[in-house]
Amino acid sequence: MSDRDRERLPTNLPAPVAIPPEPAGLEPAVGREGSLYADAWRQLRRRPMFIVSGILIVILALMAVWPGLFTRADPRLCDLADSLLRPSRLHWFGTDVQGCDYYARTIWGARVSITIGVLVTAASTLIALVLGSIAGYYGGIVDTVIARITDIWFAIPTILGGIVILRSIFSTRGLLQVSLVLIVLGWPTMLRLVRSSVMATKEMDYVDSARALGVRNFRIIRRHIMPNAVAPVIVYATITVGVIISAEAALSFLGVGLQLPAISWGLMISVAQNRILTAPHLLLFPGLFLSVTVFSFILMGDALRDALDPRLR
Amino acid sequence: MAAILARDTVGGRPVDPAAPLLVVEDLRVEFRIDAGTVRAVNGLSYALNRRETVAILGESGSGKSVGAQAVMGIIDSPPGFVTGGSVRFRGVELLGLPEAERRRVRGNRIAMIFQDALTALNPVFSVGWQIAEMFRIHRGLPRKEALEKAVELMERVKIPSARERAGSYPHEFSGGMRQRVMIAMALSLDPEILIADEPTTALDVTVQAQIMSLLAELQQQTGMGLILITHDLGVVAEVADQVVVMYAGREVEKGPSLPVYHRPAHPYTMGLMDSLPRRDVHTERLRPIKGSPPDLLAIPAGCPFRPRCPFAREACSREEPPLAAVSPDRVSACHFWEEVSRERAGA
Repeated sequence: MSDRDRERLPTNLPAPVAIPPEPAGLEPAVGREGSLYADAWRQLRRRPMFIVSGILIVILALMAVWPGLFTRADPRLCDLADSLLRPSRLHWFGTDVQGCDYYARTIWGARVSITIGVLVTAASTLIALVLGSIAGYYGGIVDTVIARITDIWFAIPTILGGIVILRSIFSTRGLLQVSLVLIVLGWPTMLRLVRSSVMATKEMDYVDSARALGVRNFRIIRRHIMPNAVAPVIVYATITVGVIISAEAALSFLGVGLQLPAISWGLMISVAQNRILTAPHLLLFPGLFLSVTVFSFILMGDALRDALDPRLR
Repeated sequence: MAAILARDTVGGRPVDPAAPLLVVEDLRVEFRIDAGTVRAVNGLSYALNRRETVAILGESGSGKSVGAQAVMGIIDSPPGFVTGGSVRFRGVELLGLPEAERRRVRGNRIAMIFQDALTALNPVFSVGWQIAEMFRIHRGLPRKEALEKAVELMERVKIPSARERAGSYPHEFSGGMRQRVMIAMALSLDPEILIADEPTTALDVTVQAQIMSLLAELQQQTGMGLILITHDLGVVAEVADQVVVMYAGREVEKGPSLPVYHRPAHPYTMGLMDSLPRRDVHTERLRPIKGSPPDLLAIPAGCPFRPRCPFAREACSREEPPLAAVSPDRVSACHFWEEVSRERAGA
């Protein structure tokens, strides 16, 4: 046994490192940039759809993190004397009923919208990744239980469920409460996606191959299934950010989302509806920002799908 | 050193140094699906010794791959169940070992390579990473050292400029080179048995020969036993010591490969031979086996090969032929094996 091992140990081979790199016909290490994601990145960099949505998302993210970069005005420092001014050089977007600078409020509104969009998407993706990969990989009874519960949950309409929960359970409704409700209602769709993606990936030969070489289940899921199964999840998650932002706006508009004095686009639109004829700019600006934001994330999702889905290449 | 000592037990049981590497006895596997029960493997037996090659021959759906997966313990269950028989690795029964022990056998003692190396390698990691993973998870080597060993292995399977190629991804390799990468992965832990599931089917002929000779060379160096799953009789004749021919989940003929090749004693083996182009016999047209394999959900009574068999007669539909001894080391599951082997002797 032991001399067999010795004869097999590669250390006995003549130092191979010395061989000059290069035999004929091999292009010099095409190397690192060959994987699915590197390919996707190379393709994305040249796509106008990706560049446009990328720039918009970066601007929106900056707006959310440092609104001070875009406006000096304090969105909460209002002068009733300035109520309902039309857009002017002093107040680019005009002012609202309270006389607050509408441009400042619109900029500050990005923070809530984007925070909710990203937070809800991240949390429901996490739930979906954990439960979905367990269900998809192990199958059997575990899968049946998870999948059926998901189906039942899936049947609750997001907005209707949101109205019921937000009205009946919470006495105050802030960013956290609204996010929580959207997470609770949002994960089933994502989970179904993860589960089906994992089930498809599980059938690949390299998963069998890893099993045949004694790799543990957990590591197979983490290293062999996840990196190959997440492409559609990334795409869907990106689109979901946009969808959640509009869902928050819808809830706020319906009066069950955020409450004043919070600053959010949905809330601004809600307040604006009474004065749509006298002060249309109150509806126009938050509506425009909301649409552009949702549009950017959906565009980004499409660009990612084109790049990550090999069938579309 | 510890690793070498530890090799001498499997699942806590000491291995028997006198026992063959692998003994498979009357293995039975079935799949319980909505449409019914598929008996994919129905009594498969063979023994494998060091430096020996056993070929399992059959067409798609004959149960040859499922049999190998049962030996590895990687059948998806449900729907697949090993319902009977025995798989003994150096005397230690593997069926019924806890999953953790089974996993330790995989890769370390019995490794497997697959037909299409493009799909059997993970597309998102470089090949060096994938080979190194074996050392990292089974031997606990740090990343750098593991990668170093991966490069050595890639050189051992004769991948040119291995060091540079270690950073490349599977789709950047040719089919033959990819199969070499798979072989390197499988050999990383010095397994005593290598199961090769149609290792050359996806390759063109010249590359097939290179891969087969690489496997033979590695087998000579390491003394490992090779289980070769194939539908290519030519490959069998060249490299296998023993051959098991399977049809519809059953063994139909079994014995030393050259006698089986030259003088088949089962009409199915003979059909496989006739459907092969040969250099030594001039033929205008190849003669394929007529018909197709039976639906495994509804295998007809009697001999499963009967509907396609030129020798079939009434007895064949009444009774499933038992394994008859053709010679001391050879069996055939045909009522009329004598007639069949006379046929070929005359030709």
